[in-house]
Amino acid sequence: MTPEPDDESPGVPGFRTWRGVYLFVLGCFILVVAALTWFSRHFA
Amino acid sequence: MSLLDWIVLLGTVVGIAGYGAWRTRHTDHLDTYLKGNRTTGWFTIGLSVAATQASTITYLSLPGQAYENGIAFIQNYFGLPLALILVCAVFLPIYRKLGVYTAYEYLGQRFDRKTRLLGAGVFLLQRGLQSGITIYAPAIILATVLGWRLDFIIIGIGLLAIIYTVTGGSAAVNLTQKWQMAVIFGGMITAFVILLGKLPDHAVAIAGAMGKLQAVDYNPDLKQRYTIWSGVLGGFFLSLSYFGTDQSQVQRYIGGAALREGRLGLMFNAVLKIPMQFFIVMLGALLFVFYQFQPDTPLVFNRAAWQQAAQGPHGAEFRTFEEKHAALHADKLAKIRTWADTRAGGNAAAETVARAELRQAQQASDSLRSQARDALQAAAPETRKTRDSDFVFVTFILTQLPHGVIGLLIAVMFASALSSKSSELNALGTTTTVDLWRNLRPLAAHDERRNVVVAKRFTAMWGLFAISFALFVSFAENLIEALNIVASIFYPTLLGIFIVAFFCKKVGGSAVFWAAIAAQLVVLAIFSAGKVWPAHEIGYLWLNPIGCAACVVFALGLQAVLPRKAAN
Repeated sequence: MTPEPDDESPGVPGFRTWRGVYLFVLGCFILVVAALTWFSRHFA
Repeated sequence: MSLLDWIVLLGTVVGIAGYGAWRTRHTDHLDTYLKGNRTTGWFTIGLSVAATQASTITYLSLPGQAYENGIAFIQNYFGLPLALILVCAVFLPIYRKLGVYTAYEYLGQRFDRKTRLLGAGVFLLQRGLQSGITIYAPAIILATVLGWRLDFIIIGIGLLAIIYTVTGGSAAVNLTQKWQMAVIFGGMITAFVILLGKLPDHAVAIAGAMGKLQAVDYNPDLKQRYTIWSGVLGGFFLSLSYFGTDQSQVQRYIGGAALREGRLGLMFNAVLKIPMQFFIVMLGALLFVFYQFQPDTPLVFNRAAWQQAAQGPHGAEFRTFEEKHAALHADKLAKIRTWADTRAGGNAAAETVARAELRQAQQASDSLRSQARDALQAAAPETRKTRDSDFVFVTFILTQLPHGVIGLLIAVMFASALSSKSSELNALGTTTTVDLWRNLRPLAAHDERRNVVVAKRFTAMWGLFAISFALFVSFAENLIEALNIVASIFYPTLLGIFIVAFFCKKVGGSAVFWAAIAAQLVVLAIFSAGKVWPAHEIGYLWLNPIGCAACVVFALGLQAVLPRKAAN
């Protein structure tokens, strides 16, 4: 096995770094929890 | 099941397994056998990670659980996206950089041989014990409702998984899981769409009024089973230990063309897992609404066992239950209609009263259902091996879906069993080969072809062990719960070892080894105390942060106290 270097570019349109991808995922998570909270309050 | 159902079932399940074995039959390179093809892309890795985590129980039991207790279970997944971000940022780059085959190989490089063997041993113990249960749990439900022989289902699932996993290793697992997930998504979406067509107006509002749609609970009580706090914190540690340290998951994402592929595959799961689980629990909540409007809604969904018991010496008692159920069901339906009318009329006060009456009717119905289940378990002790809620979705499949779609949904159950089973066998075989056989016989590591042969043998051995164990479990009804508990309480300590490895650079092998043993004793003590004094029992998710934190604190303490030579 040959060790490989970290690849810094995620290669995803709109994202230059992995930090940006992680922040996007975190934002999605917060949005989903907020939507589920609204869903609970509205219907339950 | 009709001929069409059989064609769909065998065509998909056996077809995918055969295709996987045939396409990867020439795999004789160790790296490909243990990590999959180097060309594997992020989408395949993402699907493989999802397929490994979601077993048949996810698709069979989760809708039933939502039917019975609502959708609050979804909070268990709230820690998952956060854990996957940490795995992507810290765990995966190190695994890739060191070029390890297993997570425990990394422990050997970071600490020493005994810590590596401890990690590998814990994994083999917990996964090995669970390997039989992952076949048995869905097999017992399918055997009951389909009337097939339990041992045939267990042997069938086990042998199919062995054939293609042994043949192609990780390459075969990745390839088949992609197609198995296509079958699973296709089947579940089809069932959902058909269910939507059968629902009454305002079905979601009815589910909400009957207390099934409380998705997020901000109650800080530690004894409450599902809350946002236990989900985010406990779920974070549980997910971190599962995705970061369990070889059956690690093996899915350390392969691939580049680090990027593994990372994107994990982020794919981080974004989609909660919505996917929401879809499954909503299926259960809407099934609940559907059955409120059916005149012949079963009191107990395990119909085969119920009907058999009703013909026995306690038949009169069971008929009385049925009569009470019919009366309560009709009363509840009337109250649903009253509530819907008051809601449509816009009278808030009347709606509140109608809603309270509706919930009372539901409580009376739940109480009767509970009594009926107790009576069934007393009359037929073998029904204790399953939960009645596990039969809800499969009853809907067999009684409400058209032929062809029934075969597709049964294929979903088998495909999910095979996908999780194959990952498990692949990881057990790999860990036994790399962390035990190669570790204890270093000279053998140079002969690559021999390594592949040994890995195939160990994979087959674990498969046969899983089949034998599943057959044995079917005779020991109280064993399943005990094994599930034993397996789950080892996770926190294993995670603690890895957290020390990644973040506490000065801690040596002996310090973390003894800290892990001490932390495991703490977890066992807390768990046992909860069983002795149930009033003080805490939710099981909390054991994850406690056990992990204990391991880290003990390791730092031992490193500070012990002489440098002894600590390292």
